Amino acid sequence: MPEMTVIEAVRSALHEEMERDERVFVMGEDVGQRGGVFLATQGFIEDFGPQRVIDSPLAEASIMGIALGAAFRGMRPIPEVQFSDFVWPSVNQLIGEAARVHYGTNGALKVPMTVRIPYGGGIRGGLFHSQNVEALFFHTPGLLVVTPSTPYEAKGLLKSAIRDDNPVIFLEHKKTYRLVRGEVPDEEYTLPIGPADIKRAGSDVTVVSYGLAMHYCLAAAEAVAADGISAEVVDLRTLKPLDTETILESVKKTGKLLVVHEDNISGGIGAEIAALAADEAFEYLDAPIARLCGPDVPTMPFAQTLEDAYMPSPDAIAAELRRLAAY
Amino acid sequence: MTQAASSLPSQTDANGAVAIAQRSADAEALPQGLTAEDLVEVCRQMILVRTMDERIWMMNRQGKVPIAASCQGHEAAELGSLLAAQKDGDCFLFPYYRDLAVKMAAGLTPRQVMLSFMGKEGEPYSGARQFPLQGADLPRNIIQISNVVAAGLTQAVGYALACKMMGEQTVTICYFGDGATSQGETHEAMNFAAIHQLPVIFICENNKYAISTPQDAQMVISDVAARAEGYGFPGFVIDGLDLVACYEATRQGIAHARSSGPVLIEMKVERFMPHTTDDDDRRYRDRDALDAARQFDPVTVFPAQMVERGILTQEQLDAFRNDATQQVNDATDFADAAQPPDASTIGDHLYVQG
Repeated sequence: MPEMTVIEAVRSALHEEMERDERVFVMGEDVGQRGGVFLATQGFIEDFGPQRVIDSPLAEASIMGIALGAAFRGMRPIPEVQFSDFVWPSVNQLIGEAARVHYGTNGALKVPMTVRIPYGGGIRGGLFHSQNVEALFFHTPGLLVVTPSTPYEAKGLLKSAIRDDNPVIFLEHKKTYRLVRGEVPDEEYTLPIGPADIKRAGSDVTVVSYGLAMHYCLAAAEAVAADGISAEVVDLRTLKPLDTETILESVKKTGKLLVVHEDNISGGIGAEIAALAADEAFEYLDAPIARLCGPDVPTMPFAQTLEDAYMPSPDAIAAELRRLAAY
Repeated sequence: MTQAASSLPSQTDANGAVAIAQRSADAEALPQGLTAEDLVEVCRQMILVRTMDERIWMMNRQGKVPIAASCQGHEAAELGSLLAAQKDGDCFLFPYYRDLAVKMAAGLTPRQVMLSFMGKEGEPYSGARQFPLQGADLPRNIIQISNVVAAGLTQAVGYALACKMMGEQTVTICYFGDGATSQGETHEAMNFAAIHQLPVIFICENNKYAISTPQDAQMVISDVAARAEGYGFPGFVIDGLDLVACYEATRQGIAHARSSGPVLIEMKVERFMPHTTDDDDRRYRDRDALDAARQFDPVTVFPAQMVERGILTQEQLDAFRNDATQQVNDATDFADAAQPPDASTIGDHLYVQG
């Protein structure tokens, strides 16, 4: 199996799906001639032409509204938000409109649209090139929210998202784009939206995470293994729908739960997972549910010291794992 | 009031890409593409729509219709433009919340309309999940998702983009009020449509009020259509109380959209009623001006003109009124007796399954 980076996996999935189905098209800022600022669509304009690789004006609300309207006619648009921080002008079209089209037409209209959004920090992006935007979409019935962490998952899940008839918010952590490499099969495959994945089996503590932070959890689990602590790492992969079954099964086995994410702690995914465990696995818990999440400041500040203070780290996660294991 | 019956459409397109015929250039000739029967039928629709509109308002006062936005004063613009779309035969519509006449003339029955306003099972647009007649009526080529007023403009442009990508000839017609022109997505939609020369018609039903805010507090220009020049496509101002002028402008607009790209048609209309049944316009509208405007009420003026010209007889007109009352009575009784949606369906159709 060839090894590739996350961004190469994304590019490969997009290219294959555009070859497979001529209703699929990409639209966004600089996706055409430039090939995208992260080069996700590098070479696409030569392969598919400007009709299907549309350089949009710098106007996110209309990127999303136009993609949605095209989906109404049966196209399968893939609008790209250049940085997650720029999604806000388009949020009405996603949360107010796309999410409730099928419901609000009593099932008459579908929205086969995949919104690709590079997100996340640790790249010196400051307040406007780093944000985690997942909680808002996670809160919205009618959307699917996917957060792959590896190249294998990025490709398989993106292909499923493009083929899905529901609006999918596809969140790609920018720092994983070139940092994370992994094997990706040569042959055609897809991965189902929904199921989480146990990335490391363990028996003492469950740690649930996604995206870049999931890799930090794996590093932390490896570190504490030397101390005889066996941590089970659950990679959510999909936030919405949440794989409650896998989470609960793991928590019931270990009796201890740590949720790690980069997004702000208040009202984040971790709060929902903590509530889930409290509701449905209370009798199995041997320690208070712990969350290691971004602090409640807007997002990662620009200065290195401040960004480091914001981001979760393998060391901090390992410390939490040790604390829980000893509890 | 500048809405004198003699006002003429003006053209703001410096290139003269489309020459909109001046209204009543030849009052005796039938409008291009229309028969006397078409004009008779549109009189029938006008009367039916007004009768329905008035009844809906009454049912609100009886506590049976939670909310309604009246189209009274917009009928000529809505029915004239829709007639052009129907004659063309390949148009897709993105109306807005004040377009009862568009939706009825597109084929919705009075019973369906009343089910919608009363929020009953069988409601055709959304299964009574949305405000009345909001959602989609795909068998009649209509989508209207939202109450965020400019959100439909970008969606309509996306629809037109898809039609163009698929090599289809469909022209998308997007309706909105003057209020929507203040939202940024109106700009984004028009600009994108121009860049890609999309087959879309923007119809602004300008009734000069965004709820209570008059036009001069919304913009400093007198004509929304003047903005078209800034996007590089033609814009026209039409007397929206003149059904034939609205028909003719839309007919030519469709031809232009299909061959050359977007058009903005501003139809100057009147809003005879408050914004919605929840509004009280006595707080902000001058009663004398409103009364003066009512003398140009298209639902009175147009059928009278048709009688005068011998296209319609007074007997036919009376019969239309009687028939409209009967249909609306029947629809009211039918919807009143209908069941609301079952509470167990609240979770249906959240996601497409499979």
